[in-house]
Amino acid sequence: MKKTLFRSGILLLSAAAAEIVAVAVPDSSKHQAAKHPYFAWLIIAVTAVYFIAALANHFRKGEKSDKDTLFYRAPFLAGVFLALNILNIVTVKTALLPTLYFPSLDRVFGTLFEDSELILKCVGYSSGILLVGVFGGLIVGFLMGVGIGFSSTLSYWINPLVRILGPIPSTAWIPIFLLVFPTARAASAFIIGISVWFPTVVLTSSGISNVKNSYFEVASTLGANHFWKIFKVGVPAAMPSIFLGLFNGICSSFVTLMTAEMIGAKYGMGWYVNWQKEMMCYANVYAGLIVIAVLFYLVITILFKVRDKVLLWQKGVIKW
Amino acid sequence: MVGAIEFKGVKKDFKRPDGGIVHALNGVDLKIDQGDFVCLIGPSGCGKSTMLRLLAGLDTPTDGAVFLDGEKITKPNYDRGLVFQDPNLFPWLNIYDNISFGLKARHIFKEKRDTVKEFVDLVGLSGFERSYPHQLSGGMCQRASLARALIGHPKALLLDEPLGALDAFTRMNMQDELLRIKAEQNMTMVMVTHDVDEAVYLSNKIVVMSPRPAKIEEVLEVHLSSPRDRNNPEFIRLRNEILKILNFAGREKDVEYTI
Repeated sequence: MKKTLFRSGILLLSAAAAEIVAVAVPDSSKHQAAKHPYFAWLIIAVTAVYFIAALANHFRKGEKSDKDTLFYRAPFLAGVFLALNILNIVTVKTALLPTLYFPSLDRVFGTLFEDSELILKCVGYSSGILLVGVFGGLIVGFLMGVGIGFSSTLSYWINPLVRILGPIPSTAWIPIFLLVFPTARAASAFIIGISVWFPTVVLTSSGISNVKNSYFEVASTLGANHFWKIFKVGVPAAMPSIFLGLFNGICSSFVTLMTAEMIGAKYGMGWYVNWQKEMMCYANVYAGLIVIAVLFYLVITILFKVRDKVLLWQKGVIKW
Repeated sequence: MVGAIEFKGVKKDFKRPDGGIVHALNGVDLKIDQGDFVCLIGPSGCGKSTMLRLLAGLDTPTDGAVFLDGEKITKPNYDRGLVFQDPNLFPWLNIYDNISFGLKARHIFKEKRDTVKEFVDLVGLSGFERSYPHQLSGGMCQRASLARALIGHPKALLLDEPLGALDAFTRMNMQDELLRIKAEQNMTMVMVTHDVDEAVYLSNKIVVMSPRPAKIEEVLEVHLSSPRDRNNPEFIRLRNEILKILNFAGREKDVEYTI
């Protein structure tokens, strides 16, 4: 009870502090006025939504973990408000930071709405490339990894190729592939494919070579043929390692995507951020960064959800 | 004739990493009849696990051949089930899927779906079908591993120290389970063990082996009625005889102690 009061109290306190600064302290004259001065409302809205959600979660029935205790996240949210409050003070309220590069929070958040049409287009464009590139790289990397893991002939021919081409940073290919491919889109997708392919192929093949030989022996005494041993023993046993490769690949694909778009594309989040920088619209740059963070957070979250489902058997064995 | 095994002049050499050759088996001849429970016993390195691997078809002899029902064994197949000391359950499958693995691999799962339940019950694991191996104890995993090998109705069940990693209570318990399963399914069982008591308790034929050069020292028949009593004088006499063959008894004479 005491803890609950403390947690909710600290959140309300932090929200109130942000509120007072936002409403009572006048804006610095050095800053442009924002078209949508809703920061104060945003704090109130987020606090209200959080309280409703926390209470709803508290009174729902069913299984609950430690993280479901009432107002578990409230101190964290209070911290977020505090950080926003400080940002608000050093930007729009006092203009301590250079006003050109550090626009007011109102303008950053406002841009998300004002420019939402273009931003959404760019998100769609970027996710399209990412999807094609990641799946392409994953499929090729997986098949090559399985090939290397199971066939010494394939290992003989493909392994040196992987070792020589793999470590080349995928962004180093950009100058070549932007010329070779008919569109910047195809080039970006291909380069992203390369960045996903390398870690996937390496960790798939190493995962398969690390599978206990006795699993294959047991499988063959149970009547499994070669194909069955590859896809029903080798691949599932190597799955933790394959996911690790995919995770590394996806993380490096983000870097590749941004770089490729900044250099050659005419749409996409990387292009957007870069273009806005050249236009000196730093509010838009920050808005773009926020969108990129959310987009990539979602991609990683989806990957983790899939992993938790596929590697359910691993719970309590390995964690990462 | 189902489950009769014959080793004919079987030799097996292994290459050592330094280029030398290890003679794991040196001309082994052995006949195992249908329905026998045979224990291979001997100190480590005497080639008993090698014999089992040859029988399973996981290795091929350097010379000679192993026959099952008159047919030469060349590769592993489901007519010879194998259980290791480590249960080697597939950790990504639950107990039910582990046990039915062989049926699925042979694409006969649809017709034989009902037998899975039967074998789950046989090894006393009903209620644990949806559990994953890491959630079960070592003894339960070994039961699942037994069921997985048994579901293919093997002519011979090969056991490579299957109870070696279990604690004493679970071990004795599992010995009785093995005898019960043997009685119900009536296949030939060949078991490798270090434990002389276990060998006398379980088998009707004990193959005592000696290391380097690895060969069969003696084959003893056990004529004890079941259930066997570990304190029966004949039981104790057999045990001492085996220990003597293995050179543990009466050794005092030729050992010099230096303190």
